[in-house]
This record gives sequence, structure tokens and C-alpha cells, in this order.
Amino acid sequence: MKKRLPVLLLALVMVFSISIAAFGCDKVESMDAVSGGKVLRIRCWNDEFQSRFRSFYPDVNSEKSGEGVDYLTDGTKIEWVIVANQNNAYQIALDTALKAQDEKKREDRVDMFLIEADYASKYVDSEYSLDIKKDVGLTDNLLKDQYEYTQTIVTDKNNKLKATSWQAAPGLYAYRRDIAKEVFETDDPDVIQEKVSDWVKFEETAATMKENGYYMLSGFDDSFRVFSNNMTGKWVKDDNKTINEDAAINNWIKQTKDFSEKGYNNGTTLWDENWQKGQGPEGKVFGYFYSTWGINFTLLGNSLADKNKPEEEGNGLYGKWAVCPGPQAYYWGGTWLCAAAGTDNVTLIRDIMYHLTCNKDTMKAITADVKIQDFTNNKAAMAELAVGYESAFLGGQNHIQMFLEAADKIDMSNISPYDQGCNEKIQGAMADYFKGTISLDKAWANFYTNIKETYPQLQKAS
Amino acid sequence: MILEIENKNKTFLDADKTVDNKKKRKHFSYSKWGYLFLIPFFVAFFLFTFLPLISTFYYSFFEYYSVGLDEVGPNFVKFENYKQVIFESQFFKYLGNTIIIWLLGFIPQIIISLLLAVLFTDTRLKLKFTGFFKSIIYMPNLVMASAFGMLFLTIFSTSGPIANILIRLNITKHFDYSTSIWMTRGLIASMNLLMWFGNTTILLMAGVMGIDISLFEAARIDGANSWKIFFKITMPLLRPIFLFVLLTSMIGGIQLFDIPQVFTRGMGNPNLTSKTVIMYLAQVLGTSKNYGAAGAASVMLFFITVVLSLVLFVFTYKKDISTKHKGRKA
Amino acid sequence: MENIKNIQSAKIKNGKASLFAGRFISYFFLVLLVLLCILPFYILIINCTRSNAEIQKGFSFVFGNQFITNWKSLRSDDQLPIIKAIRNSLFISGATAIITTYFSSMTAHAINTYRFKFRKAAYIFILIIMMIPPQVSSSGFIRYVFKFNLENTYYPLILPAIASPVVFFFIKQYMESVLPHDLIEAARIDGASEFRTFHQMVLPIIMPAIAVQLIFAFVSSWNNFYMPSLIIETATKRTIPLLINELRSGSPETFDLGKVYMLMTFAIVPILAVYLVLSRFIIRGVTLGSVKG
Repeated sequence: MKKRLPVLLLALVMVFSISIAAFGCDKVESMDAVSGGKVLRIRCWNDEFQSRFRSFYPDVNSEKSGEGVDYLTDGTKIEWVIVANQNNAYQIALDTALKAQDEKKREDRVDMFLIEADYASKYVDSEYSLDIKKDVGLTDNLLKDQYEYTQTIVTDKNNKLKATSWQAAPGLYAYRRDIAKEVFETDDPDVIQEKVSDWVKFEETAATMKENGYYMLSGFDDSFRVFSNNMTGKWVKDDNKTINEDAAINNWIKQTKDFSEKGYNNGTTLWDENWQKGQGPEGKVFGYFYSTWGINFTLLGNSLADKNKPEEEGNGLYGKWAVCPGPQAYYWGGTWLCAAAGTDNVTLIRDIMYHLTCNKDTMKAITADVKIQDFTNNKAAMAELAVGYESAFLGGQNHIQMFLEAADKIDMSNISPYDQGCNEKIQGAMADYFKGTISLDKAWANFYTNIKETYPQLQKAS
Repeated sequence: MILEIENKNKTFLDADKTVDNKKKRKHFSYSKWGYLFLIPFFVAFFLFTFLPLISTFYYSFFEYYSVGLDEVGPNFVKFENYKQVIFESQFFKYLGNTIIIWLLGFIPQIIISLLLAVLFTDTRLKLKFTGFFKSIIYMPNLVMASAFGMLFLTIFSTSGPIANILIRLNITKHFDYSTSIWMTRGLIASMNLLMWFGNTTILLMAGVMGIDISLFEAARIDGANSWKIFFKITMPLLRPIFLFVLLTSMIGGIQLFDIPQVFTRGMGNPNLTSKTVIMYLAQVLGTSKNYGAAGAASVMLFFITVVLSLVLFVFTYKKDISTKHKGRKA
Repeated sequence: MENIKNIQSAKIKNGKASLFAGRFISYFFLVLLVLLCILPFYILIINCTRSNAEIQKGFSFVFGNQFITNWKSLRSDDQLPIIKAIRNSLFISGATAIITTYFSSMTAHAINTYRFKFRKAAYIFILIIMMIPPQVSSSGFIRYVFKFNLENTYYPLILPAIASPVVFFFIKQYMESVLPHDLIEAARIDGASEFRTFHQMVLPIIMPAIAVQLIFAFVSSWNNFYMPSLIIETATKRTIPLLINELRSGSPETFDLGKVYMLMTFAIVPILAVYLVLSRFIIRGVTLGSVKG
């Protein structure tokens, strides 16, 4: 028995090594995009696209829709792989799957995946997303009605379009009609727009609001997007190393510090309790920067006094909010669809993308659906919808028309692959400065510390 | 080979210093069973932990990270990563934060847990409903750490119940824990305490229950009061379990991540004073998958943990020596 | 004589008084702790009776009236395989708990009871492993999982539990202070095999330690989010934390914190049940297995 043990161990090691070798030897199949696959695998972080797909894609066999799977009328299976976004888990899982793409058999590969604007460049510039026009086959003619900024964000360095979206999310400045009437004796959007048409006027109006006991903005991050979507240059210069402390960012810092010291804002952070409360009847905030979905759902939900009573005039601030374009055009939100390299469902992907991101009637139906109200990425459809549109929540205002006009003005030519990290870290670092806990220099130092940890190759401009 | 075994002076327990009375020599060895019983552990460890670990250690000497989906490296850079972590990054500041927060929470935690363990098993006090209490104190551990963080965010927010009470009592006009370094740290430590003190109490109780009751009874008959019994009988006999609690709590404390991550929304503010060392590691590994820097930081963290563990080990068993002295003198 | 009696009765009275004070303080202290411990659960339950907007706007001590609404919206959401998720979580957590305690006991038995050449080295080696933060090996581990096509299976979640230094350490410490070597010797003389000795004698004696670690391992596996989120792909294989976080990152038109809290409350019930069952077992096990030093 003494002598048998080492033999046993040796055998174990041998079996182990053989099994590693066996598992490791996957035949590498080609990465060309082909069609005819029986399974379409889509990766996303929640069920938003899944519900759009089920409700609006024509070939769905709704009887067989199950938990995380769908079937088309021709029997093709749609598999939804949902990984929530906590601690960046969605991207980590997606990256691992994409990198293993060429080692997997065709039916096990990822076929489509969803991305957001802040990190779009990462996937758009990589070889893992397919060219929408050349490889997937959507023509310029089909794509012509999409808003330009939704295409700019997902166009790579060689001018290839790598993703497409069914949403457009232009932003506006939502303000309280009752406070406007009290302070300016009118709530007319054109008049109010005059008072916030550029940052100088915006700041003047803020002072007026303060005199009357109201806040112009809720917190530190509310106006960030408006500035960051209008930067004069990219966050990181083209050498992919030097960070650019853009004038727009500095303006945001200056204005927010000013507002915080003078009491023009309520010192909140985006999404925290007081930020939410400020949108309700007890709130004293004059306005919020909000985009499409925000107005339709978050603001509406927060404005009600009693959730059990119907959503109508008299229930809290329903009908007492209005919108105007604000000092600069910006967007907030949006989800883009990518086709993964090596997929075996190209034709199907093309059809899905066509119906949901190019087809006027489908997209008009999505917006018209009261439960959804996504502002869709189709100029013709939105123009049709805008005719005579009245939003009860906004006191009868035609905010779709305003979205139309705003969407055209958005200019996203200055995005970089580092936007997600830079935007997050600058807001986090500056929060301490706005609260008066540390100095501006220390805040910038903390920003650079965090950036270095997130993107090791970046450095401060010398 | 490795199976040459000396059977002559076999004793089973290391701590047992009394000479084994049994002079009977066993003529076949049982030691192979020792090896046999160890196999599952070591095989699983090798497959699931060791191999990934080796790659972590290996890459700590390489420049290896991702830009988007492309990889930079691995390029051999010797000690560059270590230099960067030690001298340029805030690694030691984060380590300091972690240890401070751990101590802030652990010291009260161990006191409370020891107290509870003794209270529940004290034969004189004979508390009622101990079963009920024991069940309740463990319950916070059942809640997910992230849920805990969310709940505390609500309670301590600037317009939350605590703030309202403080304002009403005129203690402060405006309550914002995020502007105070020690309040943020204190809250994180308290959350940790609440979540884990039940755990610690149960572990210590399991240890206390292993002590023979007759020892307590004998001591009482001799006239010892509760404090004497605690320090002279309970603590020394609790030593192995106590060391376990100390060590695992320290290791767990160094790995503090979930609670500060949720509570400070990933930033570790104010002024990065509540950013723990694992928050740093997660950030380094997160977006850019920087295996080089993460490897270096992990290796350093490992050595620091070993050193701290040795310190704790000595601390626990040093008391043993000193009480033995006192015992002999009495 | 009288004096002595007086002194003695005075001592007894003092003793009784201090006992009473001791008891009073103890109960007060305990009740305070209990309140603190119940607080998170109280808030959890309160929040599942409130609507999303109410929860977002802040804290409340008072119950809301949305319980039925939240419950209905949770049950009617057919994207959420709740029952399946609970089943999955139960399976993974149960298997992990049993495997880790069983094999850790075996390993502890090896180190504690047998004397062999590398015993001290093995012990120290295992202790050193304990000091490695798990995040360090997790990224390498994920890569291996995908390489060997083990993603979307439960093996990577359960099998690594075989090698758990912390559980091993606890059981080893417990064994050390509780297991007399005479018993093992006696069993050997009686002709029992080592295997039988381990299973039929050692395991029952260390039951309190095993029960404790069973609970801890079960709970920790139940609440684990990170590893499952990267490995599990199919919707019907998901565990409860995955569902909860998916709800939390929902799209704006369906985002509902009331539903999230309802799910969290609903998900705690199984672990609470497991805990209550096991905790009685600890107490029973201890009084049965009386131990001689």
C-alpha cells in the first residue's frame, strides 16, 4: 500500500493533463459572418430590448415565448443572456465571451450584443462588432432617417458604422410652471427659454430663483451632461495618452461650485433621495435637465402626490411641469445594437435591425405605445407623431416637437473610448470640492489617482 | 519516498505535551490515511485556486492590461509594477483606510461577542430566552451586503430619520455624513459590526460550549466570581477558537469591499478616505484588466496579511504565557 | 455563630442583588441589540409595502399600502423565473455547504489526528492559502471556466468549495479542543477501519462545528453575486441575487423598487428557514455530545 500511493498520484496527474489537452483543443472555426443558424444569442443587461422585440418584431411566435427564450415562426430560437450591470459585470462577461468567440462552435457564439454610449467606442473600434452597412447589409437609404448623433457615436475611426439604435434620447430643461408663474408671471416655454438660452442668462435666472426661495438645479451632477456633450475636444487626445482638461468641464466645475456656495442648488447627487423628492410637490427646485424617458417615467412618477389616485391634473405636480430646450443641446441615454463578428445569423440580424431601427411604422408604434413612449430614432416617424401632439403631463405641451428640434442639434463628434471612466470619476472627485471638504487642486489630484487606476496608460498633460 | 514514516513516538495532538502512556508500538502506519484524507482538498485547491494564482503572481512582473478589447503586453518589466504600486499609487493609503475601518468595527465587535458568548453560557445568570436571542443576532448576516448598504444609505441620508432627529434636537443644522471622514468610516464599521457580530458570537459560543462545565462549577465552589472565571478559565481554554475568530476577522476585514462600495457609491469619499484596498484592486482589474498592477498589489497584500497574522498569532499566545506565570504564583 | 450567619445571609443577599442587577443589565443590553438586528428586516418589509416613487423619496417607519400591488407585479412578471431561481439557489447553496463542511472535516481530521512527515507543512500551507484575497484568483479562474466550456454550468460554483481553508481552520481548531485521542485509539483496538472511525465517530462529535459552518457556507453561497453573474447565462439557471440585481438595473419604464424589495424579502425566507432549523440542531448537538477534557 505504501508504494501504491505515489502511483495513484501520478495517474491522477496524467489523467488531469490529458483532460486539459482534450478540452483545450477546440477546432477553431472561421469568423466569417454567415447565415442560417438555428440559435440567435443576444447579450444585454436588462429586459428592455427583449420586451421591445417581443412586442414589435413581426416574426415572433408569442405562444412559445418563455423565460429568457423566444421562438420565431420559422423555429429559430432566440436566447437572451442577461447579466446585470453591477460592478461592471455585464462588460466583463461580454468581453470574456467575445474573446472566446473564435474558440467556440458557431451555435454557441454570441450573435448580438447591446451597448451604451459611454463605452460604445470600446466595442465600435474593435474587430468584434460588424460593419452595419457592409457586413450586415443595411443600406444608406434605410438608415437615412436616423438622427445623426446616434450614428456618430457608433462610427469607428475608419468611418464605418458599427451599431444602430432604435432610440434617440435628446434632452431638455424641464421646469415648474407654478414657480415660473410666481417668479416671472408667465409659464410660457418661449419666454422661459429666453431666460435660459445660454449659460450667462442661466446663471442670472438662478440668482433670481434664489431671491424667491427656489433652487435653480437640484444638485452637482444635473448640468454635467449638458457640458460634457458639448466639449471642445475629446477627453483624451488622439495620442491615447494625454488627458484633456476641457474648457467645458472647467466651466461645469466653476458654475457648480458657484451655485453650491450661493445656494442655487440643493446639494444633491443624481438619483439620491433628495434629488427624487425635489421633483415632487414638496420640492423647491425650479428645473431638472431630463431626456425622453426621464420625463415620461421618472419625473412623472415623482411628481405625483398619491400613486393610488389616477395620473391627472390635481394629483401633485401632474400638469405643472413644462419643458424648454435649455442652454445647449445634449442627450441622455440610449441603447445600441451590435452584430458580433463570427455570427451565424447575419440575415436575421439584418431583419431585426431593419424592423426596429429603420422601419418608420414600427418605430412610430413604439413611441405611440403609452406604456413605452420611447422617442425613436426615425425622423419621419417622430415628425408624423409630433403633429398636434399634446402631453397631458406637461400641461398640453408638444414636447415631441421640441425633442425633434433638439435631436438635430446634438453634436457628438468629440467622444473618446475613455468617456465612461472620465465622466464618472470627475463627478465623483468634484463632489467633495463642491461640498467644501477639499480644495480644487486636491479634487483634481484625486481624479487623476482614480483615472490612473482605471486606465493605466493615461496621464496628465504636462 | 515521502512515505517513510517513523512510528516510534507517536502523539496525536500537538498541544498535548503530556507523555503518551501508550508504549505499545503500532506496527503498521496510519499516516498514509493522513495523506489520503488530504487529497480532495489539495486536488481541488490545485485546480481551482492554485493555477489562477500562479498566473496572478507570474503576471505581476509583466506589463499586461487592456485598452478597450485589445491587450497590451504581456511585456516583461521586472519590478515596474511593484514600483508603481508602492510609490506612485495610493495603495498604502487604502491599506491604512482598510485597517482603520476594520479596527473601528472589530474592537467593539469582539467585545460584544465575547460578552454575549459568556452571558449565554453563564451558569449563574441563567438568562431566559437565550435561544430566541441567539437566533436574532445572527439574522443581519443573512441580508446581502449590498442590501445592507442601501438600507443604511436611506437611514443616514441628509433627509433621513437620523438627520431629522439630530436637527430636531438642535445638535446640528444640516446632517451630511459624507463631509466627515470619521463619520463615513464609523458608519461603514458599524454596518460591518452589525452584519458580522452574530457570526462571531456563534463561533465563540461553539468554543465556550466545548469547555467542560465541571470546571466552571469547581471554580464557583472555590469562590471565584464571574470576572475571574472569565479571565482564568474561559479565555485560556477558548484560545484556539479565539485565534480563529481573530485571524478570520482580520482577513475578512482586509478584504472589505461590498459595504464601502455600495455606501460610498464606489468612490470611497470623502477624499478617498474610505476607499479600501480591495476597492482599489477591483478598480484596477475592472475596466482595464490590469493584471500587472493587480498582480503586484495582490502579492503585496498577501505578504502584509501573513505578517499581520503572525502578529495576531503571537499576541494571542503571549497571553497564554503570562497567565501561566500568574497561575503559578497564586 | 450568629455573626457568621448574619455575614453569610448578607453575602447571599448581596449576591442576589448583584445577580438581579446583572440580569437586568444583560436583558437591557440584549433587547437593544435585538432591536438593532431586526431593524434591517423591518425596513425591508416596510419597503415592500410601498411604491417605487415612495421608496425613492426616502425612509418611512410606517407601512404603505402597496403590498398586494408589489406582490402581483412580481408574480405576473414572466421574465422572472422566481421559483426556479429559488430552486437553483437552494441547490447550489445546499451542495456547496455540504461539500465544504464534509471535505473540510476530512482535511481537518487528517491534520489533527494523523502524524505524517509533511503534516506541519501542510497545515501552514493551508493557513497561508487562507490569507489570499479571493479577488486575486477570480479573474484567472473565469478565464479557465470559459476555456474549458464550463460556463453556464454549476460546477465552477460548487466544486471549489472542496478546498475551503477558513472552514477547515475552524473545524480543526474545534477538533483540537474537543476530540480526545483515546477514543480514536479505542476504536482502532476494536478493529474499526479509519474510514469508519472518521464517519461514525469523529463526525458526530464535531457536529456543532459542522452545523455552524453549514449555516455560514449556505448563507454566503446564497448571497454570492459576483461569480454567478459572470458564469450563468441561461435565464432559467439564474440564482436569486442575479434576479435582484437584474431588477435593480431595469429600464426606466419598468423600474420598480417596490418589486425589488418584495423579491428581496421573498428570497430571505428560505435562508431564514434553513437557519432556524440548523440553529436548533447546534444546541441539541452540544448537549448530547458531552465531552471530557
